[in-house]
Amino acid sequence: MNRESIDGRLDSAAVAWLDQALAEAAEAADEPDNVAVPRWQLRFAAAGRHCGQENADAVRTLLLRRAAADVGTLTRLYQQGAAAERRAVLLALPDLVPGPEALPLVEDALRTNDTRLVEAAVGPYAAGHLDPHAWRHAVLKCLFTGVPVAAVADAERRAHGDAELARMLADYASERTAAGRSVPADLHRVLIMTGEES
Amino acid sequence: MRIFDPHIHMTSRTTDDYQAMYASGVRALVEPSFWLGQPRTSPASFFDYFDALLGWEPFRAAQYGIAHHCTLALNPKEANDPRCTPVLEELPRYLVKDGVVAVGEIGYDSMTPAEDVALATQLQLAAEYALPAMVHTPHRDKLAGLRRTIDVVAESNLDPEHVLLDHLNETTVKVAADSGSWLGFSIYPDTKMDEDRMVSVLRSHGTDRVLVNSAADWGKSDPLKTRKVGDAMLAAGFSEDDVDKVLWRNPVAFYGLSGRLQLDVPAPEALHEGNSILRGGE
Repeated sequence: MNRESIDGRLDSAAVAWLDQALAEAAEAADEPDNVAVPRWQLRFAAAGRHCGQENADAVRTLLLRRAAADVGTLTRLYQQGAAAERRAVLLALPDLVPGPEALPLVEDALRTNDTRLVEAAVGPYAAGHLDPHAWRHAVLKCLFTGVPVAAVADAERRAHGDAELARMLADYASERTAAGRSVPADLHRVLIMTGEES
Repeated sequence: MRIFDPHIHMTSRTTDDYQAMYASGVRALVEPSFWLGQPRTSPASFFDYFDALLGWEPFRAAQYGIAHHCTLALNPKEANDPRCTPVLEELPRYLVKDGVVAVGEIGYDSMTPAEDVALATQLQLAAEYALPAMVHTPHRDKLAGLRRTIDVVAESNLDPEHVLLDHLNETTVKVAADSGSWLGFSIYPDTKMDEDRMVSVLRSHGTDRVLVNSAADWGKSDPLKTRKVGDAMLAAGFSEDDVDKVLWRNPVAFYGLSGRLQLDVPAPEALHEGNSILRGGE
């Protein structure tokens, strides 16, 4: 989300707060790491209470982009962040990290059972960089935890022709059926994407 | 009856407790960081605990329609272990988090010099980070410990009106009230206070600045004690408005001093069929 559309959702005090935060982030982008904890990073933590939790993802990712946060900074913000901050780091990865260096953060998030983190972890960055085994498990994790498969970026392309994924989905469906439980509708959607359903 | 439990250790409780609490009217709670029963030996295990209070536990609570906030601190007991005191240096980066509504639990356990330092340092941090402080009064030598706590608060930069003195009882309520601080009472099955004694204190002292909590944890305790106090108050002739003041408005006013309370958690959805989101099916 860009600055204009965020501003439309904020009151005047929050807009002024965000002005200041973005100016501090831009300053840090020009002169990286000249203080122990840059002021914009304190604002990154406090964004929810100043701009509303419903705007926190948008404000935090904007701050990360304005500060041009590198992998080292993103990793520290993730590791030292509350769940909402970790989520924002994950959402910002595709814009800030071209290579696979930030994959450990995605893998960490996929080990949690916190659906806010799992959902943020399966975006375009995961689609571009997760290896096939980890990506298949990420898809399965979404089915297990109730994260909509619509959150999985580029699912059609990655699933297409993936016979191993199709097998895993079919096994999961059998396990559910054997237990007398329903099979999630999303499972069929992904199975169709593989083009391997039998 | 809407209930805000201002002191409960949910990491020690099950999802059945969350469900029963919601059914009893609990819609918000504060989980103070404290001792875990087993002493910790390094700052890293505190940080994992703090992260859980800012991550997994609020997620779990939200599944049951309950707003979860926390207070963070180096607790009095472990402030005596030099392996743990480096936690104090890392606390500032945690105190800026959205989910943190006070510094706590701080206070005295055995009234040692190390506890003096930790208490004074953390009251100062509360003042610096514009947070109130949640102060535990000791189980042993309680009245003397309370007086010493009040003296340390008076010497600090933190306003007594931004301090909650917890685990009070009949013998300590007057001294605590005279200090100008908020008054916390923990209701337990056997120890601390019970609901009928709580009603007597409310009769003689009034409802101003009084907070009631279950302080439920891994010991013998009951996460529904807040509701039982509400019921006992009504049975004793207190009005619904009195109950709402003690069980909701007072804790909201105290922790609201942080400017960080977010009480609008949506009602719980039915769990994913046959596959609890809470365990991720694992």
